[in-house]
Amino acid sequence: MKLVTKYIALLGSETMYFFAWYGRLGLFLLTSVFALLRPPYKVMPVIRQIRFIGANSLYVIVFTGLFTGMVLGLQGYYTLNKFGSIGFLGAAVAISLIRELGPVLAALMVIGRAGSAICAEVGIMRNSEQIDALECMAIDPFRYLIAPKLLAALISMPLLVCIFDVVGIFGGYLVGVHLFDVGAGAYFQGMYQNVVWQDLEMGFVKSFVFGLLMVWISSARGFYLHLERDGGFGAEGVSRTTTKAVVMASVAVLVWDYLVSAIML
Amino acid sequence: MKQDKEIIIELKDVHKSFGSQKVLDGVNLQIPAGTTTVIVGASGQGKSVILKHMLGLLKPDSGQVRVFGHDLAQCNKADMQQIRSSFGVLFQNIALFDSMSVYDNVALPLRERTHSNEKQIRVAVEDKLALMGLEGQEDKFPAQLSGGMKKRVGLARALMLDPKVVFFDEPTTGLDVNKSNEIYRLFYRTQQQLNYTAVIVSHDVPKIFKLSDYVALMANSRLHGPLSPEVFQLSDNPLIRDFVLETMGPIYSSETEESLLYETL
Repeated sequence: MKLVTKYIALLGSETMYFFAWYGRLGLFLLTSVFALLRPPYKVMPVIRQIRFIGANSLYVIVFTGLFTGMVLGLQGYYTLNKFGSIGFLGAAVAISLIRELGPVLAALMVIGRAGSAICAEVGIMRNSEQIDALECMAIDPFRYLIAPKLLAALISMPLLVCIFDVVGIFGGYLVGVHLFDVGAGAYFQGMYQNVVWQDLEMGFVKSFVFGLLMVWISSARGFYLHLERDGGFGAEGVSRTTTKAVVMASVAVLVWDYLVSAIML
Repeated sequence: MKQDKEIIIELKDVHKSFGSQKVLDGVNLQIPAGTTTVIVGASGQGKSVILKHMLGLLKPDSGQVRVFGHDLAQCNKADMQQIRSSFGVLFQNIALFDSMSVYDNVALPLRERTHSNEKQIRVAVEDKLALMGLEGQEDKFPAQLSGGMKKRVGLARALMLDPKVVFFDEPTTGLDVNKSNEIYRLFYRTQQQLNYTAVIVSHDVPKIFKLSDYVALMANSRLHGPLSPEVFQLSDNPLIRDFVLETMGPIYSSETEESLLYETL
């Protein structure tokens, strides 16, 4: 009997923790969006964050984009060659990149690079009472700390995804045209004829959603570091929470990838 | 306590527990304008918890915390910001923004809360840094400063917008005698200049008594006092007497005990 009540109590506390945590996440996003919309608007902090989240991610995005496109070129050629339709290689590479791989891989790379940094930065600020200090100085931490990151991610992500796609298509071109015997004209003509506006739309919506998820989850986990159940204290607390944030944001990106695809298909 | 002065901070029967640990058990305190109130007590008694209630960083389980006549529990975000805009806080661990230079740390309240241009900000910041004896340290980062210097930067930041109330959480902990005397001198000088109300949490007894108008002892989850420093040292309250004896030795406790001590010698 004692065991049963113990399990019921455990179930109750787990449920409470779950709802409290997701409620807090929701409120965090709402507060950040309101903080973003409230004047006065400051441009410089947003530009600094665009530099951090966007410009500094360029190398990673270009490299992963290039090799993803090249792999798609290889695998695409192998598959299409079986059906004798290598003329579709350009379309296959472009569509997979634009609709799917571009947004997802770019988001995962940015989560690994910028999301982890955001979580650690905000978490350390929480840990060392710097966020309390902001509050006591009557400076809204959402406005000062979170809102510029949010806006910067919403601006940077679609642009990074565009670059990823373009570089990826070029990678596919390198492999298909220069390594194999696909004609350059056929590669681009196939792409031109088969890529439609809806593909680009889906890529754009995904990049926007993933940018939001990245900054939302990583900054919220850092911001509420002190409320972590297994103790968000010290360097270890920050590292543990950063890992959790990266995992949670990556999983969220894949889940939302499915949802957006299902809705927009 | 003098009744002619306006009460700016008032704690009424404040209770607070963390889990099963009761930290505040019916704390009452009134802080009149323009005075210096010192909260003393052994470590871990909840002195900083009282301070955090006054700052609105913690909410009481029951009871009221009123600042400038507003019940903090009833305040919305805007009211809270309004109240906090007349606060200055020197945190126990100082909570300087560690990725900003000394100059940017001190300039932050001006940048975020006023419409001053950079030229005005520079004049004001250099003025404050000079007052704290920190000329030439503008470009250093908090990690490059000694403990005493960090405290002075923290004090400069706290006093930047000429606050009405300044909270000091253990302002001299971890400093040697010279450095802590320097902080006290700066405190005295700035209070003469700016005429702010001060709330100090400290265990630097008896030195802190010289600066205080009222002293209260935090012990057994309750606040004993506030009393004037002279009355405090001669108090009959057994907890206060034990504290005074323990921290200052029997020679300060009372005339009767003093004579007793001489007799036994």
